[in-house]
Amino acid sequence: MRDALEGSQAIARAVALCRPQVVAAYPITPQTHIVEALARLIADGLLEAELVSVESEFSAASVVLGAASAGSRSYTASASQGILLMSEVLYNISGLRVPVVLTCANRAVSSPVSIWNDHQDSMAVRDSGWIQLYCADNQEAVDTTIQAFRISERTELPVMVCVDGFTLTHTLEPIDLPEAGLVDAFLPPFHFSRSLSAARPLTQGTLVSPEFFTEIRSLQHGAFALAEQEILAADHDFANLVGRESGGLLRVEGDREATVGILAMGSVYGTLKDAHRSGLLGRPVRILCLRAFRPFPAGAIREASEGLSDLIVLDRSLSPGSGGIVAHEIRSALYGTGKPPRVVNFVVGLGGRNVPGGIFREMLEALEKNPPAFSFFDLDPGKLPLPKDSVLPTS
Amino acid sequence: MVEIRIHGRGGQGNVLAAYLLATAAFFEEKFSQAFPSFGAERRGAPITAFVRIDSTPILRRSQVTSPRYLILADDGLLRVPETLSGLSSEGAILVNSPHAPEDLRKRLEEEGIPLVPGLRIATIPATRLAMEALGRPIPNAPLLSAFLSLTGLLSTESLGRAFAGRFSGDLLAKNLALVSSGASLVTENLWKEQPIHA
Repeated sequence: MRDALEGSQAIARAVALCRPQVVAAYPITPQTHIVEALARLIADGLLEAELVSVESEFSAASVVLGAASAGSRSYTASASQGILLMSEVLYNISGLRVPVVLTCANRAVSSPVSIWNDHQDSMAVRDSGWIQLYCADNQEAVDTTIQAFRISERTELPVMVCVDGFTLTHTLEPIDLPEAGLVDAFLPPFHFSRSLSAARPLTQGTLVSPEFFTEIRSLQHGAFALAEQEILAADHDFANLVGRESGGLLRVEGDREATVGILAMGSVYGTLKDAHRSGLLGRPVRILCLRAFRPFPAGAIREASEGLSDLIVLDRSLSPGSGGIVAHEIRSALYGTGKPPRVVNFVVGLGGRNVPGGIFREMLEALEKNPPAFSFFDLDPGKLPLPKDSVLPTS
Repeated sequence: MVEIRIHGRGGQGNVLAAYLLATAAFFEEKFSQAFPSFGAERRGAPITAFVRIDSTPILRRSQVTSPRYLILADDGLLRVPETLSGLSSEGAILVNSPHAPEDLRKRLEEEGIPLVPGLRIATIPATRLAMEALGRPIPNAPLLSAFLSLTGLLSTESLGRAFAGRFSGDLLAKNLALVSSGASLVTENLWKEQPIHA
C-alpha cells in the first residue's frame, strides 16, 4: 500500500513484514526512528517479536548473534559510533556465518563530532564480512530490507542495509509497502541450518588452530562470490512480485554511449539522475550506481565501464592517508583490463555537506583540467587555516 | 516542481509542518518530499525544513537552495542572512508576524536588512492564533493553511486530512479550527501560478 512515510517509519514496517522474532537495539543516539517504530508495533500487538532494549550497541549485536544462533530471525539497527562499538561482534556474527540483518543509517564518525550523513561508519566495517547494500532512495530501502533477510538466510552471511542518515531516514515521501502475503511468498520462515538445540548439540565459536584458520576464511570469502547470485536473484524475484527492481549489484543509466561516467553510491544517485534529466550535466554521461559494495562486483564494474575514457568516482567517506575508499577498489577492479578509463576520485558530502545538482557539471568541467587522482571536490579553501608564514591582510 | 523552504526554531513543529505539506500533496496524488536540516537539536535553535511537490517522481535529494516560497515561523529569522538565501524576485514569503507586510518591510529597511525588490510578502499572526486555540506557540496549522490558500497549491481539506493522520480528538479539532482561521486571513489564490509542471 502506498503511503506518505518517513524513511525510518517505512523501514520499520518493512522489517515488521519480515516477521522478525527478535529485535535488539540501543535506543539512544545515534539511533533512528526505526527501532522506536518497531517497539511501538510490538507494544501495539501488531508485531509478535521479542524487543530487547540493550545498554550499548555491543550488546545489541551480541543479542542478535545469540538470538539468530538459537533459531530466531533477528534484526538490529545503528549508525556512526554505534556501528564502531558493534564492530567486534560484527566480525563474530559473520565469522560464525549467522544470518542477521542490520540497517546502518549512514552517518559520519567522530571526531570531529557530527550527527550528519556520510558513509564513514559502514566503510569502517567494510572488511567485517558483512554483505553491504547501499540504497538510492526510500523505496529501495524498504525493498532491500525485505530482500536482505532472504539473501542473509540463503548465504548464511549477515547483511548490512546502508541507508543515508537524514537524507533518506528523515525524508517523508510516497512509499509503497508490499502486502504481507507477497512478503510471505518471497521470504520463507526462518531456518538456520546450525541453530543451537539441545537435541542436536554442536559447538559454536570454538578455537580454530592455524591448521584450519585459512580454510575457514577462504570459505567465508567464497560465500561472497555465491552471494552475488543471491543478491541478483532476490532483486529479480522480488521485482516479479512488486514490479520494481532495486538495482541488483550495480545499475547503469544515463547515456550508455557516453565516454565519461560518474559512479555514485547511495542517495546522491537521485540528485545525479535529476541533474542528468534536467540537462544540467552539459554533456552525455553514463551513470553508474553501485548497490553492492560487499560483495564487490568487480566483473559488473568492468562491464559497465567498457568504452569509458574517464570515470568519476564519488566517495562519501575517507581513508586518511589514502583517499576515497570506493575509488580505490574501482581502480583495483579496472587495473589490467584492456583499456581502463582514467579514474578520478572526488570526495563530496562529508559530514552532511549538501551535494547540489550543479556540482556534477563542475566535476565534468574539472576533468578537462587534468585533476589529481584524488581530491576533496567541495572543499572551501577559504575556511582552511592560513599558512603559518602568510601575511594577514590588513584592513 | 515547486520547492518550499520552511524556517523556524526548534520546538515550533517546523519539521512536522514540512511533513504535513508533503502528506497533503500525497493525498492529492502528487509526488512530494519533505526533509529537515537539523542543526543543534534543541528548542529555540534555528531550523530549516524543505518541501518539494511535483506531478512526476522527485529524484533530487539536495537541500532547497532556490526556493519558490519561504514559510517563516518566526519573523526574527529575517535578521539571519541565510534565511532569504536563493529567493528570487519571483518568490514569495509567508511570515508568522503580528505586523502587516508593509510594516514588516519598513521595519526591516530601517534595520538595514535588504529585501529583493518585488518580493511578495504576506503575514499572519500565527503564534497569537495558536496561543488562543492550543495554549502553545505552535504556529504551523494557521501558517500552512494560509500558505495553501495564498498559493492554491493544495486544498486545505488535504491539509486537514494530513493533520488527521497525526492527531486525534480535541487536539485534532483545535488544529482543524486553526486550519480554517489561518486560511481566512489571506487573499485566496493571491500567489496562484500555472499548474505544476515537471
